[in-house]
Formats: sequence, structure tokens, C-alpha cells
Amino acid sequence: MSALEKAFTSAPGRAISRKAGLKDPPRLRRGRSWPAGAIVLGTVGHGSLVADTLTLLGRTVESPVVDAGDDAPGYGSKIGALVVDATELRTIDQLETLRALLRPAVRGIEGAGRIVIVAREDVDGWEAASVARALDGINRTVAKELRGGATSTLLWTTGDTVSSDLMSTLGFVLQGRSAFVDGQAWHVGHAGDVHREFTAAPLAGRTVIVTGAARGIGAAIARTIARDGADVIAVDIPPAGEALAAVANEVGGVAVQLDITKPDAGRVLAEVVAQRGKGLHGVVHNAGITRDKMLVNTDAARWASVLEVNLAAQLRINDVLLDPETDGGLDDGGRLIGIASTSGLAGNKGQTNYAASKAGVAGLVQAMAPDLSARDITVNAVAPGFIETEMTGKIPFVQREIFRRSNSLTQGGRPVDVAETIAYLLDPASQAVTGQVVRVCGQNLVGA
Amino acid sequence: MSHNAVVIGGNRIPFAKSNGPYSEATNHDMLTAALDGLVARFGLSGMRMGEVAAGAVLKHPSDFNLTREAVLSSALSADTPACDLQQACGTGLETTIYIANKIALGQIEVGISGGVDSTSDAPITLSDPLRRTLLKASSARSFPDRVKPFTKVRPRHLSPKAPSVTEPRTGLSMGEHQALTTESWGITREEQDAIAAASHHKLAQAWESGFFDDLVTPYLGVARDAILRPDTSVEKLAKLKPVFGGPQGTMTAGNSTALSDGAATVLIASEEWAAEHRQPVLARIIDAEVAAVDHPGGADLLLGPVAATGRMLARQGLSIGDFDLVEIHEAFASTVATTLKAWADEDYCRGLGLDGAIGTIDPSVLNVTGSSLAAGHPFAATGARIVPTLAKLLQERGKGSRGLISMCAAGGQGVVAILEAV
Repeated sequence: MSALEKAFTSAPGRAISRKAGLKDPPRLRRGRSWPAGAIVLGTVGHGSLVADTLTLLGRTVESPVVDAGDDAPGYGSKIGALVVDATELRTIDQLETLRALLRPAVRGIEGAGRIVIVAREDVDGWEAASVARALDGINRTVAKELRGGATSTLLWTTGDTVSSDLMSTLGFVLQGRSAFVDGQAWHVGHAGDVHREFTAAPLAGRTVIVTGAARGIGAAIARTIARDGADVIAVDIPPAGEALAAVANEVGGVAVQLDITKPDAGRVLAEVVAQRGKGLHGVVHNAGITRDKMLVNTDAARWASVLEVNLAAQLRINDVLLDPETDGGLDDGGRLIGIASTSGLAGNKGQTNYAASKAGVAGLVQAMAPDLSARDITVNAVAPGFIETEMTGKIPFVQREIFRRSNSLTQGGRPVDVAETIAYLLDPASQAVTGQVVRVCGQNLVGA
Repeated sequence: MSHNAVVIGGNRIPFAKSNGPYSEATNHDMLTAALDGLVARFGLSGMRMGEVAAGAVLKHPSDFNLTREAVLSSALSADTPACDLQQACGTGLETTIYIANKIALGQIEVGISGGVDSTSDAPITLSDPLRRTLLKASSARSFPDRVKPFTKVRPRHLSPKAPSVTEPRTGLSMGEHQALTTESWGITREEQDAIAAASHHKLAQAWESGFFDDLVTPYLGVARDAILRPDTSVEKLAKLKPVFGGPQGTMTAGNSTALSDGAATVLIASEEWAAEHRQPVLARIIDAEVAAVDHPGGADLLLGPVAATGRMLARQGLSIGDFDLVEIHEAFASTVATTLKAWADEDYCRGLGLDGAIGTIDPSVLNVTGSSLAAGHPFAATGARIVPTLAKLLQERGKGSRGLISMCAAGGQGVVAILEAV
């Protein structure tokens, strides 16, 4: 810790910085915890998708306070969440209904509360399409205005989306697991009318490979999915073996020391899976490297190594694990998860190679998802923003403090926040979510 | 003998030179690290093993229960029993035989063998007169009686005794013994340097190819064997001065093993257990033998394994040509050279009570991924380094491939074993 950082984090330093307007960041709610206050259900039109989904989640709901007059009405006590069923929203006039629901809720929401808007993306007509897009602007703005760690999320559905499709996603968003997901929008489609459960151990008895599992976000992924019941195959490069073994032993998993850029890496992983004989539910392609330099100083070697580890290796491994002939390949109904980055989505000075690889991951999952839907394999990516890790701890203090505060939650995320989002996507109940890139960035100021 | 004992795999930490990167690590630390890497590789976290047997040659008195304490520090179930065994440089193989025998007899289904040694954290003891003085003083009842023994302490008694690998009955170090053997068997400097250079080159190649990715777990930031010199050559080795056998000697620091720190472990189970727990199986442990020679009576100290090999092969009805791979522990390059010569020597073998010469081997089957000269030789760990290495090599060569391990040990002893790919 530098002298400057020590001064800043000391008691007098904090008092001064508070006076100067730098507030202590809000405390986020994490884990499988529901909002403390009431969950309020608002509806624009007569849709019942959200009401049915909340019933599946076992949540009781309360009626909304609607802003009708000149006096801004309020809730008696803080509410935990407002979930708006806007699946029947088609007109500009109906946006007023939404405003009237949001205004009291934004005022009366608890710290780390949730605003969730569920809408239809497949609407006909120019006005309806325009209004649908208006929701995106509303969601992003509400996220920026909310205080105290409360977040806003927009969930797109289609006409055939049913409550069991939406259940795992709405549960994730309302619970503390989505602590650092803010101002985001993603899609929930339809994946067949099968019975799905919302449980605390959705990955019980399922094997998941996590690459780059020795430390940081990868170790958090291993711990989080083990908590959710997964049998973890933890992979990292041989020189990271000591830390990898500690993680594997902590989660009761298996450590595989493997350089994923080796040509036979996919085969080695398939052999480990086949030997265990329990199938393969998911692969989390978390391993990644940075070789930062301004483009004018980026040579072929720096370029290649980042693209090789962050993108090419996972393509090769996927090829092997998706081959139906591979003993130890990915099960039908399985999950592939990539790690993109806000750097890839927004660009970042000095990271052309990294941005290329991470935007490439986003492109990859979007391309793979429809091709694998016939096998019920979902493919998604998570794009972390500023996450407090050993790696980001090396960024100089002032710069780090600026990065931390450059998002709507005014703090860095934790590795577990990324891990929770991945665990949600791995959940068998998240079958209707595919081809998505979910940012875990606290609504970082940069990025799409 | 109703069960087959099979090697599932192994794990060791990279070996390093004495007073190098592991100078602050104890035997307990290193054995725990080796166990934890094994647990992680095979997903054994929280599991109870039938037994863990390991040992160390250089051992602190406080480490009287070294292996059990390491088990308690590891990720294994605390209900796993353990014992310490010691068979000098053959310890890691002797513990493997012990666990394999228990499995074969059905006494346990799965166990771990291993060994560890630190020449950095070696125990240093008091001189005998000073130790006796302290014991006498501590048992005295009155103050004068307590002080009196110290009047007999002389300055020379105050210097501590460092551990040495000196044979108690001959007063010669292992290197000095081997120098006698080297000379009497006519082993040249060139032969020894060639063995040493080849050991480094073969080990380096194995590391380069990723062979050790599933046999070694890094420790304290060391990811590869730290003694290994990939760029050494016969020419470079030829420049070193002799350290054993006087000024005209042929044994140098380059063709003798370095004092080393490290730990190694082997996971062994019955075939039934391995199948039931869906663990990979590399090789079956077929047979083993320990022999000794009368080195105080003039026999070559480190040729104990020759008689052991001869008797074991006769019992199994095998000849030396039946082995696809042979591992001869490189205590010194000349140990390997004299062992090979002794195997081929009709008279020497008959002198040991064998029916005739053991025979010769194709040099290409010997120590194919290098051995102790390049890897280092933490005494008790070496056997547990060789067993999984050989088991993996045999498995790569296909079902039924046979391998022989020959290890010399202090006291004129030798430990040998046969593995066969499953």
C-alpha cells in the first residue's frame, strides 16, 4: 500500500474525503438473500408472466403505489424491489404507467434493492419497437439514479417465454447474487415446457470444468459453483499448480495442470471427464492473460499470445468437447461460458490485443448459441468490469480508486460477483438464456 | 495374495539443491505439500485412505510421527492412519512395497507411499559428552549436583554434530565407498560424465514435453526441478575437479548426486478400488525384493541391488531382456555403470549365489526420463519419484509393458521392484 493510499484509507483521510464529496461506497447485498423489504409487483397492461414467475419463486408480492397526483406519493416503509411486468407495453402512453410505478419505487427502495422491468422484444409496429427501446434508456437511467447499492435490470422476453423460463433469471436478479450487475439488459427466451426447480444446489452431481482456476475470479468461480453442488475440474497452467491444488482441495474437486494452448488440451480434458464417468455439464473458459501495450508498441508476439490464450484455445477445446464422438465431451443440455470484458465491449487504451480477444468472445457466444440450441446447449459470456483481484490490486492507487468509482455502485466488484453470474448461467433452470453477454460491472461508465 | 496392487499415480514437488529455494521448508512442510498435490490431482479431499507410509532419512527427533502429522496438515481425512518407515535411500520404494503388500493381502484397499528429505533443515545434534552432561544435570536433584556435570565440559564438546552419510562400520562416506567400487570395476571418467549429461538431457526433454505436468506440483514458486541443467554437456562436466577418490579420482560434483530437498508420494490401490472410484490405473506392482551385502567385509557398498534383482527375476521366471524399461537410481553415475557391469559379470553374479549373469540391457531402455543426477536425490523421496514416473512410462508403452526399479541404499542394501502396465 502506498503512502498516499494509507493516508486516504486512514480515519482522518476518510473524513476529509467524505467532506470533499467522496462518499463511502454503499454496502451491497450478496449471496442467496432476498430483498429485506416487500417485493412489489407492477403491471403495464394485463400480463401475468412476472406474477406467475414470482409464484414459482415462492415470493409473496404487494401492490404498487402509483403516482397519480401532484404530491409525490411514497411507500410507508422501504420496499425491497419493484418488478414491473411490461410485456404488454406497446405505446408511448403506456410509458406513463411505467413512470407512475417507478417514481414512488425509486424514492422508497431499500439499500441494495432491485428495480426489474420485464418486457417483450418481439413486438410489431414502429411505435411498439420504439417504446421497447425506450425501456432500455429508462433502465440505464434509473440504474444511474438509484442509490445505496440498489440496481435496475431490464429482462427481454419473447411471446413464448413462460414462467419456468424466467424463474432462474428473475431469482438471480432479485437475490444478492446479482449484486454487481446493474443497468444491464439481457434476453430470456423459451426452452420447452419442462419442470424446472429453483434450488440452492442447482449443480448437484454435475461436473463443470473451470480454466484459470488457481486464483482470482477463477478460484471464486470454483468455490461458488462448488457451493451450488458442482463437481469441479479445476484447470490452470502447470506453474500455478500449488495454488490450483489448494483451490481443488478446498472445493473437493480435481486439479488438472494443463496449458490450454497445447494442441491436445481438449483431448486431455475429455480424458479426465471420461475417466470420472459422470458426464460434463459445463465449461467455464475463464483462463485469460493480458499483454498490455499501446498499439504502436504491440508486436506480433504480444498480439498472438493474448489471442491464443483468450480466444483460440477455447475454440479448439470447444471443438473437441462438442464433438459427439468425444468420450468425455459436453453433455446435451450442457453449458459453455466465456469471459468477455468491458474492455472488449468499450475498448481500452493499451489493450488492443485484449479487447480483440474479449470482444471476440462476445461474438463467439452469439454465433454459437443458435447453432447449439438443437442440443439444448446454452452458450453465454460474462463481461466483468473493475473487479478487486490480485491483478487489479497492482494498478496504481489513484488510478485504481478512479476505476473503482467509475460505476453506478461507486466500488469495485468482487470475484464472487462474477462467479455468481456464471453459476446462474450454469444452472439447468437457465435453459432459456443463451447467446447473452451479461456485464458484471456495476454499470461501468464505459461500455456498450 | 488375492488383490492386485496398482499404481494410480503420483505427485511430488520439484526437487531443489540443499540450502536453495526450500531452505526454510521442513520435512513436514514438503511432505504435506506433496500429499496435497496428490489429493488435488485425484480428487481425494476429505477422503480416508487405508494408510499412508512415508519416511525421511534425516529426521528431527520432534518428527517422530512425521507422516501422521503431515496427513493431519493435509487435505486428507484426519481419520487416515500413517506410519514412518525408513530404509535409507530406498525409503520411497520400501514404503511403496509396504503399502502394496497390505493391499495385496486385503488389509487395506488404498494407500499412499512416499518419502521426504531436507538436507537444508537437517537435524544438528550435540556431541555425546555434552548431551550426557545435560541429561545428567537435568536429572540431578540439588543445585550443586546440577552444576557439577558441567565442570567436565570441554570446548571441543561444544561443537554440534552435523549429520553425515558416513557408514558407521567403515567410517567412509558413501562417495568414498563408491570411489573404491568405481576404481575396482574400472569405470572411466568419460563413462560417468556421459551418464550424467544424458540424465540432464533426458530429464530436460521430459519437462519440455509436459511429461511431468501430471506428476509434479510446484512448491514455493519452484515449478521445475531446480538442479536440472538442460545445457550441460560432457565437455562442461569434464572440467570439474574430482571430489571422491583423491586427486586421480573420477567422481565429481557433476557425476554425483547433489544434496537435495524434496518430497514425493505415490497413490496405490487395489484394482477393485480403482475401478469403483473411477481412478486411472497405470501399472501393477508385481514383485519386490530387498538384499544386502557385507560391505564391512569388503563388498561394494552400493551393489546390494544386484543380488536383489537376480533373486527376484529367478523367482518370477523373468530375464533382464523381458523389461521394456529399467530405472537404476543414479546415486552416482558410477553406481549405474558398475551395476550394469555387475549384471553382466558371470563370476560376480555366481558369487552372490545366483545361477549366472543377470545379463545386459539395451541402453535405450535405461532411465529414459533421466534420474537422480539431474532431478536431485532427496534421499527418502527418490523411490516415490521413480515409481509413478516408471508407471506412467509403462502405461504409455501399452498393456503388459514391464519395468524394473533398482535402488541402492546405505548399509550395503538394495531395494528392487517390478511394475507392469495395466
